[in-house]
Amino acid sequence: MSEVALNDTNVAAGAATARAAVLNRLRATDTAFRTLTRLAVYTVLALLSGVILALVVGSVPAFKAFGFSFVITEVWNPVTEKFGALAPVYGTLVTSFIALVIAVPVGLMIAFFLTELCPMWLRRPIAIAIELLAGIPSIIYGIWGLFVFAPFLQKHIQPFLIDTFDGVPGLQDLFAGPPYGIGMLTAGFILAIMVLPFVTAISRDVFDAVPAVLKEAAYGLGCTTWEVFKHVILPYTRVGVIGGVMLGLGRALGETMAVTFVIGNAHTVSASILAPGTTISASIANEFTEAVGDLYTSSLIALGLILFVITFIVLAIARYMLLRIQQRGR
Amino acid sequence: MAASRANALYVRRRFRNGIARSLAYAAAAFGLGWLVLILAVLLFNGIGGLSLAVFTQDTPPPGSDGGLLNAIVGSIAMTILAILIGTPIGILAGTYMAEYGRHEKLTMIVRFINDILLSAPSIVVGLFIYEIMVAPMGHFSGYAGAVALAVIVIPVVVRTTEDMLRLVPDTLREAAASIGLPRAHMIVRVAYRAARAGIVTGILLAVARVSGETAPLLFTALNNQFFSLNMNAPMPSLPVVIFQFALSPYEEWQKLAWTGALLITFTVLALSILARSLTARRT
Repeated sequence: MSEVALNDTNVAAGAATARAAVLNRLRATDTAFRTLTRLAVYTVLALLSGVILALVVGSVPAFKAFGFSFVITEVWNPVTEKFGALAPVYGTLVTSFIALVIAVPVGLMIAFFLTELCPMWLRRPIAIAIELLAGIPSIIYGIWGLFVFAPFLQKHIQPFLIDTFDGVPGLQDLFAGPPYGIGMLTAGFILAIMVLPFVTAISRDVFDAVPAVLKEAAYGLGCTTWEVFKHVILPYTRVGVIGGVMLGLGRALGETMAVTFVIGNAHTVSASILAPGTTISASIANEFTEAVGDLYTSSLIALGLILFVITFIVLAIARYMLLRIQQRGR
Repeated sequence: MAASRANALYVRRRFRNGIARSLAYAAAAFGLGWLVLILAVLLFNGIGGLSLAVFTQDTPPPGSDGGLLNAIVGSIAMTILAILIGTPIGILAGTYMAEYGRHEKLTMIVRFINDILLSAPSIVVGLFIYEIMVAPMGHFSGYAGAVALAVIVIPVVVRTTEDMLRLVPDTLREAAASIGLPRAHMIVRVAYRAARAGIVTGILLAVARVSGETAPLLFTALNNQFFSLNMNAPMPSLPVVIFQFALSPYEEWQKLAWTGALLITFTVLALSILARSLTARRT
């Protein structure tokens, strides 16, 4: 018995050191893991700062050469090395605007359908199908737009638009010129299809978050489905819907490949939305590898910087709006 | 008189409601119609070119037949490398945000920045990698392409990892802590295990996103007409080949572009459906 007791103290002492060793090891791995995850977080931070820094440094020569007037000059001449960003910026804004004009009402109506009208068993399949639209790579939209959609527009829609609005002041200039098929309207339309799933998905999420009692109260007063949507659901979710629209806008502004195929790559500012134009991303995609000379490359990077600044602002507003509606939901 | 006016109002409201409902149905049909139309056109144009040669021969010179082998292999190689670089960083960052720094200001800032990166124009990522890798190295390379894709992978993985870890009930964490497991061990053995399906979903979504990306590869990996496994040299990829071939005047090239488009689309759609079914089973 005493032997055992003696042994026990020895064992206990040995166990204590072994225990301490194990604890130390555990503590060390714990700290190491924590540091590792923290480093990864800093990497994400560094990525964004890196992108901004690289763009700023790369665009210095262009801004040095042209000053601020770079942003408001239309000329884009690689031969004389005179560059201005007006045409791409204009094209980017116009195509994105067209996209939103089409995608927002349609997206809202689809979300209305999904949350209020659609039978339960169909909701999930339809929602997934719409979201699959968002998964299709943009180059597919591009090749489809170039070979299928643009010829269709050229043959059937554009001549009709030109004829209809011929002689109507204002609209006449908006729909002027020969029907090329490719151009800003085509690009805007394809962007609309690409933005649609974003608007739909976010609108559906925020519509779903409307408290049922609010809707039931309105129904109890005798409102129709449409009146409930217009006077209860929409006002309640306005902030979230705007957030979703801004998110879609962010995507439309930066979309590259689909637009590159169908925009026509012409550095001109034209009033007609049937005319070919260019966007920031399409200019970069088309010209960057062929750009000779530092000033040409730098001008394209400066375009990238402008694009990044615009999308950053739009996305920041979108996130802020969506955050606000999330906080209210809690 | 009053009754008929009330009735007129009622009729008008019902009429408006009917119009709005039909518009909603039409909008849903419109949205689904595009999906069907795009897939149908892809199948119609792409399936004819689908043959064994597509997978066994390299991209041809203009005017002759060939396949897409080098482009497919290049895409796979760059995607794998991008996932290998991007996934660990993404998972670790998501882990910090959900486990260690859940209420820290740093987490809020990073979440915001990550969301910006998630929807930032991918062509800008291409410019960034061009500036930091291609220009200093003096040549285009598969490495640059893979890093550009990794920059796109990271925010996707960060986002899903954080979301999925947050869904793990805190009682599991407390149970692990109560038997004396340090935090790191609890995360690896309990939290990761509970959130595994969700994290895998994130990786699959990242693969889906990356395999169709063209813009960031245009001036990082560039293209290569020949079969190449040298990541330190320009590397072909399926999307860039599609871009080049679709805009070319040669019929054989355009046909191959459609076939490539079909391959990419169905790979991407299969990946997203797989990813969805993984998480759907759990909820």
